[in-house]
Amino acid sequence: MSTTVSGTAPAARPVVQCEDLAVTFATDAGPVTAVHGVSLQVAPGEVLAVVGESGSGKTVTAKSILRLLPETATARGTILVSGKDGTPGENVTTLSAAAVRQLRGRDAAMVFQEPSTALNPVFPVGWQIAEGLLAHGMTSRREARAKAIEIMREVGIPEPEVRVDHYPHQFSGGQKQRIVIAQALVLDPGVIIADEPTTALDVTVQAEILDLLRRCRDEFGTAIILITHNMGVVADLADRVAVMYEGRIVEQADARTLFASPTQAYTRQLLDSVPRLGEGLARAQERAARRPEGWAEQEPVVEARDLSVVYPGRFREPDFVAVDGVSFAIRPGEVLGLVGESGSGKTTIGRAIAGLTRVGGGSLRVLGVELNGVRERQFRPVRSRIGFVFQDPATSFNPLLTIAECVAEPLVVHGRARDAHEARQRVDELLEAVQLPRTYGDRYPHELSGGQRQRASLARALALEPELLIADEPTSALDVSVQARVLDLFDELQRELGFAALFISHDLAVVDMLADRIGVLYQGRLVEEGTGAEVLGAPKDPYTQRLLASLPVPDPVEQAARRAEWERVRAAGA
Amino acid sequence: MAEIPTPTTPGPDAPARRPSRWRRLPVVRQLQQSVGLQRGMLVAGLVISAVFLLAALLAPLLAPYGFSQLRSGDRPFGAQQPPSAEHLLGTTVGGYDVLSRVVWGSRTALLVIIVAVAASIVLGVVIGLLSGYFGGWLDRVLVVVADAVYAFPSLLLAIVMAIVISGGQSDMWGGILAAALSITVIFIPQYFRVVRAETLRIKAEPFVESARVIGASHRRIMGRHVLRNATRSLPLIVTLNASEAILTLAGLGFLGFGIEPTEAAEWGYDLNKALSDVTSGIWWTSVFPGVAIVLVVLGLTLVGESLNDLADPRLRTRRAAAGMPEPMAGAPVVPGGALDAGPAGLSGLEPTEGDPR
Repeated sequence: MSTTVSGTAPAARPVVQCEDLAVTFATDAGPVTAVHGVSLQVAPGEVLAVVGESGSGKTVTAKSILRLLPETATARGTILVSGKDGTPGENVTTLSAAAVRQLRGRDAAMVFQEPSTALNPVFPVGWQIAEGLLAHGMTSRREARAKAIEIMREVGIPEPEVRVDHYPHQFSGGQKQRIVIAQALVLDPGVIIADEPTTALDVTVQAEILDLLRRCRDEFGTAIILITHNMGVVADLADRVAVMYEGRIVEQADARTLFASPTQAYTRQLLDSVPRLGEGLARAQERAARRPEGWAEQEPVVEARDLSVVYPGRFREPDFVAVDGVSFAIRPGEVLGLVGESGSGKTTIGRAIAGLTRVGGGSLRVLGVELNGVRERQFRPVRSRIGFVFQDPATSFNPLLTIAECVAEPLVVHGRARDAHEARQRVDELLEAVQLPRTYGDRYPHELSGGQRQRASLARALALEPELLIADEPTSALDVSVQARVLDLFDELQRELGFAALFISHDLAVVDMLADRIGVLYQGRLVEEGTGAEVLGAPKDPYTQRLLASLPVPDPVEQAARRAEWERVRAAGA
Repeated sequence: MAEIPTPTTPGPDAPARRPSRWRRLPVVRQLQQSVGLQRGMLVAGLVISAVFLLAALLAPLLAPYGFSQLRSGDRPFGAQQPPSAEHLLGTTVGGYDVLSRVVWGSRTALLVIIVAVAASIVLGVVIGLLSGYFGGWLDRVLVVVADAVYAFPSLLLAIVMAIVISGGQSDMWGGILAAALSITVIFIPQYFRVVRAETLRIKAEPFVESARVIGASHRRIMGRHVLRNATRSLPLIVTLNASEAILTLAGLGFLGFGIEPTEAAEWGYDLNKALSDVTSGIWWTSVFPGVAIVLVVLGLTLVGESLNDLADPRLRTRRAAAGMPEPMAGAPVVPGGALDAGPAGLSGLEPTEGDPR
């Protein structure tokens, strides 16, 4: 394993030095080695990004630095964590429990993925920040509180004197992540381990958190080990990148070098599968050119006029308006992409079209049936003409049925076949259409990988040859390389079968690859709608502009320019 | 959250390896998973339960006499005879053979368990499924009723049921049904709650929504998608409830609401009759039925508790991965020379095993 560090050769002692780390888990199926002989070095004030797909061992590697692995894990090798002041480190794998407790927080701290679960909901945030200080020898509560207020100001929480006594639920997701970072920063550790710190956040918030992490490095001189699967985040923040695959480091290089000239095939493949903005333009133009005359006058498959969906509030609380006066249309064979942050109402629109959520107001016509006030009995025949692909392939299959039985389900329900056995012929055809071997029909869902399951899910949605397909974040639970394959397949099938589609995603680049037109949702309203070229090329709405500017692109040089643009947009908005 | 390493899925050419049907059966699978103390507990419980089951099934062969037999040939057994070659465990105050009564008693206990558990499972699962799936007023009313039943003392209910069902006469099936149905009433809420909670969870799962999107009927969704996924934890409750059923039956018999000795053998009844013997030093009439009750309850509880522990990945112990033929780190890089207890060797591995939180 090569451990050569190109570019920034650290003169000072590395804050983390990890040699030949191997981690083995005891599982029901026998021992599984998650990390094989990983060697890493992190210099003071350096951002090392560890990238890789799920299961590549990146989180396990990072957690073993703080010895946060579950009881079933056995770690071998040496991990030296040095103090920020240059005190030599000790081997974490063999240290006593008490010494590890001392080291956590003081020399190395952790920022977790999901800020809403990393904070204890029953204590004020100030107390939680001070807890670390008190655990590491500070005795005065008053002093700890003052320090907590100071660090909250540093991470950009407005009015920290007041907010210090607030509880986690009183903060937004981005603010919560700021507080988690404050918690990590308050003891001034040499290194912060950030495990997917922005994955649970929206793109616009992500940009701000990345900015804060950059300040941690520049102003506090803290080194950061950034674990992520998002190449855009890597390009934005990292100085050096380590690419992990199946528990090994396949490549380690300077960020710019890695993006410009990756030496390993796996790294190249990983970078190639990242969707980039603007790739879909050609495809959309090609599709538009092939459309027959008078296509625009055809009756739309879906037509929404002033559609609103309201979730009733709890006792004495106001109702929650998830979708507020949205109008759009999807014509036959057209792909409409809906983008928006979490809570913007994009999933609700998809569910309303599929008849899973009641329409609150306005009009929603799907395949000629008005859904406002519809009865299930009237809508059931229409259901055979709609396909739905769910976000999480792991839970959208009944775990007790085989893939063939799951795919046959729509055929059986609508009387095209008496049972799964009779439908097998058609199921095999469908599996082949989504590029799965026929024999996979006899497997159970858990025996397939995420990408394979999502392809089977596509096969099930297409079983009845629907005129409309609704895909709700179909690739957000998948790794990038798998995502690329699923998106290609989707595009291919759409061209072949010519169904209309509503494609819902939070990722602009993904939507851009597939959609003819893009709708941008913000707080339940459709703020902008148009072709890919219109929306992405010349966004008119300030929110769309902000969304576009905060999207990190997987190229460090271009991203540096975009960051400047983002700061300008943000300054203008403030 | 710890990232759990998943084994890579086999390629298209690799045959899908799945354990045989026999190995996937509820108890057999857990037995294979278990190690150490948990395995010991499970095996002990299974052995005791198997002995109980065999005794119940083979009672006519195993017992030297009938449960209501008072004489062999013309000669009466005699009351309160100490253990001898003829009567291995002695005779009771009524002149019955203790060993025969204990063996035959297992048959009564088994019948009560079967009737009680079968009735409460069927009713509890159906009501729980409907209540959880449809929700609304039906659900609210059923939950309140279930809570009310929880508040009822089970033995009191059993006494009332015994009077209602058998009208004071205590023949074999009257006694068994009285005990079984009173237990059923007590157990239905347990199955109801478990199945309802599972149904509520599964109802929100995407695979149920996908069935709804397809246009499947409620009946099909409930039967094919929800029910089969909602019954995973039932084997645990069954074993725990079975032991409770035996205790209720014995309690009824002890209080005099049991089965007449001429109709069937019942441990609680024998214990009741042995009360006066205890003070006069006649130990064998009370000890053996008592031991039978304790052993069966212990066996079933051991099985239930071990299944419970094994079902939870956090409580399940696994074989440690320490003894793996994994290449050790060659020369540990430590500034200032090697450590005395380096990570090369088993002793060096010990402190890293647990997470000392």
